[in-house]
Amino acid sequence: MARARDESSPLFAGNAAGTLRLIFYLALTMVLMVLDHRNSWLWRIRYTASAVIEPVYRLAGLPAVGIRTASVAFADRQRLTEQNQRLREDLLLANAKLNRMSAVAVQNERLKQLLDTQHSLELNVQLAHVIGVDMGAYRYQITLNLGARDGVKPGQPVIDAHGVMGQIKEVLPTTSVVMLITDPSHAIPVTIERSGLRTVAYGSADGGQLSLPNIPLAADVRVGDHLLTSGLGGRFPPGFPVGEVRSVAPSPTGMFQMAQADPAADIDRSEDVLLLHDQAEPDGPPAPATPMGPPADLAPPVQAAPAPAASSQSSAFVKKSATPAPADSSGAPP
Amino acid sequence: MSRQQRLSRWWFLGTLALALLLMLVPLPSVLEPFKPYWPALILLYWCLESEDRVTLGMAFALGLVADLLNGVVLGEQAMRLCALVFIALRFRSRLRFFPMWQQTLAVLALLLNDRILLLVVRVLSGASLPPADWWISPFVGALLWPFLFLLLDDLRARLRIQ
Repeated sequence: MARARDESSPLFAGNAAGTLRLIFYLALTMVLMVLDHRNSWLWRIRYTASAVIEPVYRLAGLPAVGIRTASVAFADRQRLTEQNQRLREDLLLANAKLNRMSAVAVQNERLKQLLDTQHSLELNVQLAHVIGVDMGAYRYQITLNLGARDGVKPGQPVIDAHGVMGQIKEVLPTTSVVMLITDPSHAIPVTIERSGLRTVAYGSADGGQLSLPNIPLAADVRVGDHLLTSGLGGRFPPGFPVGEVRSVAPSPTGMFQMAQADPAADIDRSEDVLLLHDQAEPDGPPAPATPMGPPADLAPPVQAAPAPAASSQSSAFVKKSATPAPADSSGAPP
Repeated sequence: MSRQQRLSRWWFLGTLALALLLMLVPLPSVLEPFKPYWPALILLYWCLESEDRVTLGMAFALGLVADLLNGVVLGEQAMRLCALVFIALRFRSRLRFFPMWQQTLAVLALLLNDRILLLVVRVLSGASLPPADWWISPFVGALLWPFLFLLLDDLRARLRIQ
């Protein structure tokens, strides 16, 4: 144990080289942080290093898997029986509801075809498991066991049995990171089921809740109202449950009402989640309608001489007919 | 002798890898705020025990690996660990001969300083202020310090590692 190191570490004074080196490394980290914040290189590096990173994730997730397995293995028979019974009842109920709904869904489909919209009630989903990895960042993210090789893309909505959980933020080859709807930097367009009011739900900073900071004062919002995705913005398909309003109060400025809501999904407890594959239809104006007229083969042949004039005229016509569409769609918030 | 050296190097790297793994292992959400910052604790131990192993460059490298694994911002933990190791190395000769309770207090101060640094980085990068229970972690880390120190010291003595 006795080692001679008196000259290398004096008892009180520090050496200048140490301070210089510290400044060098701190400057280096600052540069890295700023560059990464601006360009998000980190994820590109992570993607290339994923061969090393992903096994570490699986390894770190093992204790959680072990505890889960142990809790099933050592759970007493009675609890399992009870759980089984409850699940059966749930399944029965869900099936009964589903049977009733299927008729309505068919009818809905037909009516929508009549209305010429392309909403679909069918779901194209992929089952994913949550890997128990702590990603720092105040717990607003979860990691899934599917990645780019399974066809996962950034922006895909993630739901569980009860509602929307979040969206895919970053994708590695065989894992992906989900940004939860309770993340303060996440916003999801919602409508209030009872009144049809459209607004935006943000994640709230004090964790585990949603906040709706800008509801008009005159709007009718009550405790217990259900929030559904509105489908505006084109990221989340419409009609999925998002949460339930817990409290409504006027905002400090007095200009709006603020509401707090609990997320409908089991954000903390879900082990299996669903990835939605059919993205909502892209927003923007619909394709311009083809101008009506006689079929092309019946139309009189266009003379060669006035062709430029005719083409400029027709393009002006197309422009004119296209202008109402963007103006119409600009009414919808982005 | 060379076998002994190799063993000690592997033991050193193994504890660091274990610290990174412990950082990633999730706790139930009730216990989550109580999770100490393991890489800092292990690095602090090695700072106090063997000066020539831990350098600023090593702390920087470990921080970068931790950042890659954690995926928040590249360089965040590198900065925190560099600052921590610098302070620990600067006061190493004194910290080593402190009685255990004083050492624990010093570790608490270091970990609190680390949290403040982290808070500054997060706020500057646009994150919101953390909840109050976010500040529990350094206290848990300081409480664990005596046990961790004695455990690692004991293991080191058993393995006869310098």
